[in-house]
Amino acid sequence: MNINLTLIGQLLSFVVFVWFTMKYVWTPIMGALEERRKKIADGLAAGERGQHEQELAQERAKGVLQEAKAQAGDIVAQAQKRGTEIIDEAKTGARTEGERLITAARAEIEQEVNRAREQLREKVAVLAVAGAEKILRREIDASTNQDIVDALAKEI
Amino acid sequence: MAGDTLTSGEYIRHHLTNLTYGQLPDGSWGIAHNAAEIKAMGFWSIHVDTMFWSIFLGVLFLYFFKKVADNVTAGVPAGMQNFAEWTCEFIDVSVRGSFSAKNNLVAPLSLTIFIWIFLMNLMDLLPVDVIPEISKLLGIHYMKVVSTTDPNATFGMAIGVFIIVFYYTFKIKGVGGFLGELTLQPFSSKNPVVQGLFIPINFVLELVSLISKPLSLSLRLFGNMYAGEMIFILIAIMYSAGVTMGLLGGVLQLGWAIFHILIITLQAFIFMVLSIVYLEMAHTDH
Repeated sequence: MNINLTLIGQLLSFVVFVWFTMKYVWTPIMGALEERRKKIADGLAAGERGQHEQELAQERAKGVLQEAKAQAGDIVAQAQKRGTEIIDEAKTGARTEGERLITAARAEIEQEVNRAREQLREKVAVLAVAGAEKILRREIDASTNQDIVDALAKEI
Repeated sequence: MAGDTLTSGEYIRHHLTNLTYGQLPDGSWGIAHNAAEIKAMGFWSIHVDTMFWSIFLGVLFLYFFKKVADNVTAGVPAGMQNFAEWTCEFIDVSVRGSFSAKNNLVAPLSLTIFIWIFLMNLMDLLPVDVIPEISKLLGIHYMKVVSTTDPNATFGMAIGVFIIVFYYTFKIKGVGGFLGELTLQPFSSKNPVVQGLFIPINFVLELVSLISKPLSLSLRLFGNMYAGEMIFILIAIMYSAGVTMGLLGGVLQLGWAIFHILIITLQAFIFMVLSIVYLEMAHTDH
C-alpha cells in the first residue's frame, strides 16, 4: 500500500476520461437514442392518426353511400311518377285527339252529305225541269199534268 | 511456476509489488528492483504498471465508444452500436433512478466509472501468472495487472468524484450552505446557547462522515479486488504442490473466477451508484 504519484496520475486520467466520455461519447449516443425515440413516437402517432383518419373516411363513405342510396331511391320514385304522368298525359292526349278527329270526320261527313244533297237537289231540279220539258213537249196541258208536277214537287 | 525458485511468501509478495518508477537510492531515476527501493522512493514515484493498464483499458473503452459515437445512427442500430446503446441506456436508467437534479455531467461520469472499473477488474479473471510471466520474458520483473488492486487507482477515482461533489456542493448551496450542513445537523436546537454547544459536536460528526465517504468508496473497491486477487494468487500456489493439489486448484480457480465475475461487475456498479448518490446529495438539501 504505497500512496504515491500514481494517485495524481490516476486522478488526472480519470478526469480526462470523464471529460472525453462527456464530450465525444455520451452526447452523440444519447442524442441518437433520443432521436430514435422521437422517430418511433412520431411514427406511432402517424400510424394512429392514419388509423383514425381511415375510420373517419369509412364513416364518411358510409354516409355518402347512404345518401346516394336515398337519392337513387328518390330518382327512381320520381321517374316512376313521371312515367305514369307521361302515360296519363299520352292517354288524355290520344283521347282528345281521337275525339277531335272523330268530330272533324263527322263534320266532313255532314258537309259531304250536305254537298251531295245540294248536288242531288240541283240534279233533281234539272231532272224535274227536263221531265217537265218532256211532259210539256208531249202535251201542254197544265191542268192534266198538274198532278204529275205536284207529285214531283212532293218527291223533292 | 512458483516454489521452484521462490518460496510461497516471496511469490505472493512478488505478485503484489508494483512496477515502480522513481528516484533510486543512488540518486538516478529508474525502475525499482525490490520492495526496499520502492519504500525508499516515497511519494515521488509512480506505478508504471497501474498507469499503463488503467490508461490502456480506459483508452480501449473510449476508442470503442468513440467509434460507435462517430457512426451513430438514429435508424436501425447494428452490432457494436447495440451494445454501446444498451450500456448507455443501462447507465441512464441507473442515473435517473437515483439522481433527480438536471446535470449533464453525472451520466457520462457514471458511464466512465462503470466501464473503466469493470474493465480494470476484468483483468483479474486472467490467470494471475500470464501477463507477469510474459513481461518477465520482456525483462520487466514486476507487473500488477489489476489496477484496482492498487489503492492509488481507487483513491484517485474517489478523489476525482469528490472534487466534482465539492464543486457542485459549493455551486448549488454556496459556502454558507456547505458550512451549515457541516455544523447545524444532525443536532439542532431553537435555543441559541444549546445550538452553540451543538455546533462542535455536529462538526466532528459531519467531518468524519464527510471524510469517510471517499475513503469508504475507494477502500471498498480496493479491498474487494485486493482480496480477490490474493485468493487467485493463493490458488495459483497450489499448482506447484503436486497433481492432486493442482487439480483441486484448477477447480477452485474456475469456481472463484465464476464467482468473481459477479464481484467485478458488482463492485463497478456499487462505485458508480455511490458516486451518483453522493452527487445527488450535493444537489439537494437534507
